[in-house]
Amino acid sequence: MNTLPVTQPVIEITYLVASVLFILSLKWMSSPSTARHGIWAGEIGMLLAIGGTLLQHGIVDYTGIAIALVLGTCVGIPLGMVQMTAVPQRTALSHAFGALCVTLVGTAEFYLRSPDIPRFTMAVLSAEVILGSLTFTGSLMAAGKLQEILPQRPLTYKGQNLVNLLFLAVAVAGAGYLVLHPGVREVFPMMMGISLLFGVLMIIPIGGADMPTVISLLNSYAGLSAAAMGFVVDSKLLIIAGALDGSSGFILSVIMSKAMNRSFGNVLFGAFGQVQAAAVAGQEAKTARSATAEEAAAILSAANKVVIIPGYGMAVAQAQHKVRELYDALSKRGVDVRFAIHPVAGRMPGHMNVLLAEADIPYDRLVEMDDINGEFSQTDVALVIGANDVTNPAARTDTSSPIFGMPILDVDKARTVMVIKRSMSPGFAGIDNPLYYLDKTLMLFGDAKSFVNDIVRELAGGGNN
Amino acid sequence: MSSTLINGLFVFMLAAFIGFEVIRRVSPLLHTPLMSLTNALDAIAVVGAIVLVGRHESRLSYWLGMLAVIAATSNIVGGFLITDRMLKMFKSSRPTKP
Repeated sequence: MNTLPVTQPVIEITYLVASVLFILSLKWMSSPSTARHGIWAGEIGMLLAIGGTLLQHGIVDYTGIAIALVLGTCVGIPLGMVQMTAVPQRTALSHAFGALCVTLVGTAEFYLRSPDIPRFTMAVLSAEVILGSLTFTGSLMAAGKLQEILPQRPLTYKGQNLVNLLFLAVAVAGAGYLVLHPGVREVFPMMMGISLLFGVLMIIPIGGADMPTVISLLNSYAGLSAAAMGFVVDSKLLIIAGALDGSSGFILSVIMSKAMNRSFGNVLFGAFGQVQAAAVAGQEAKTARSATAEEAAAILSAANKVVIIPGYGMAVAQAQHKVRELYDALSKRGVDVRFAIHPVAGRMPGHMNVLLAEADIPYDRLVEMDDINGEFSQTDVALVIGANDVTNPAARTDTSSPIFGMPILDVDKARTVMVIKRSMSPGFAGIDNPLYYLDKTLMLFGDAKSFVNDIVRELAGGGNN
Repeated sequence: MSSTLINGLFVFMLAAFIGFEVIRRVSPLLHTPLMSLTNALDAIAVVGAIVLVGRHESRLSYWLGMLAVIAATSNIVGGFLITDRMLKMFKSSRPTKP
């Protein structure tokens, strides 16, 4: 790669500045007040890096680049305009695109350079292609499950983990062979094909409830494959961006697994949905009390402190805007209303915050689990909307429960608990919730959106009479 | 192993540490926009793809590069766009509330 002596330092400096801007971009994400600076920093860094790359010696075909950039923009704009409820599948899809880019570049580099590939380069190139391929198909599968094109239930069979590990082992063995014999080109497509297949098999046994962890994990893989590509094409900027993305995905997956009280291995090899089926049995008949919208409105307006616990069911019912009206109506009466956010509420890390922010609920009213749990005992009403397992007190007390040990919102410590729910049927994970049978619990049966609407109407009517 | 690879490993190690420290401080409130932002930044892989297209060394590398540039660019554009849309929605109740 002969580069002109004059432009080379200029290019390197654009990359250096871009790296600084990328790090600042993430640093500014630490708080909502500075976060939008982060986007500008990222955008400027990106433009600088692309500009610098275009100066590189040896680039002759600018038309092709321009066409591809325009086409990519045309694909990107609709992907940036999706609804907020669809952000998890969009994110999974973008992990797939990122991994696709990395895999394609790795493939091109292999066929350009083979058989003269140094061992270390071939090893990193293999890592790039294996990680890229499995992230590509894995993310497509995850997106399909989130979009509900594919069945959400985990599909499992006996010896599944062994079969999956075997596939991965074969892919790694292929990589090992290529490191020693980079001229044997036939091994390359085999290694890639098996990795693509492994990506599919990896996601098949994972249920819908585990999606927040899986998306984060795929994020991490996408970052690592990009970092590996940075080694292959000798780009420090890419190594840095990949390392940042990889560590970000890793941290998020750790947070998500902790919030579900599971280890990484358990998420990947556990097939959560299977375990519960047996645990549901053995419940004696218990009774739950129910209440009408009128009664609920009366209790809420008499309260001083209300905590609303939103779950994905609220988003599915598109009830967040009605919940905002409820928030406004209660705040107007001087009721202190806050929202308790469990880390796995929603389908990806932080998803619930975005859904509530979209409904114009101020972010300082959204409180994380660890900060709000101590306050439930001073809370008059805890209103659960579309959340289930994250409020299940069995996770604290019942050692036989499949979710035992999972951190939950201590909703049962509030003076009164109200749960808006369609019926008594168990939730996503298929576990019965003892919260519903407490004396202080009132079940509000109905669709989240229309029920909240009824409460809002009662509150308004009560004010006029 | 050549010195460029060693340099690369140093860079990777340092960047991973910075990543851990910086991202640990990101408020859980913003974890979704964080993921879409890192996704957009990760698409800097486009530079490798641009070089493949621009150098036009073989027909295969050219077409794989084209596809790679399209995939990465869609992540850059879509990633920044949706991150911006999400962050615009986060409002505090303290300053003038509409």
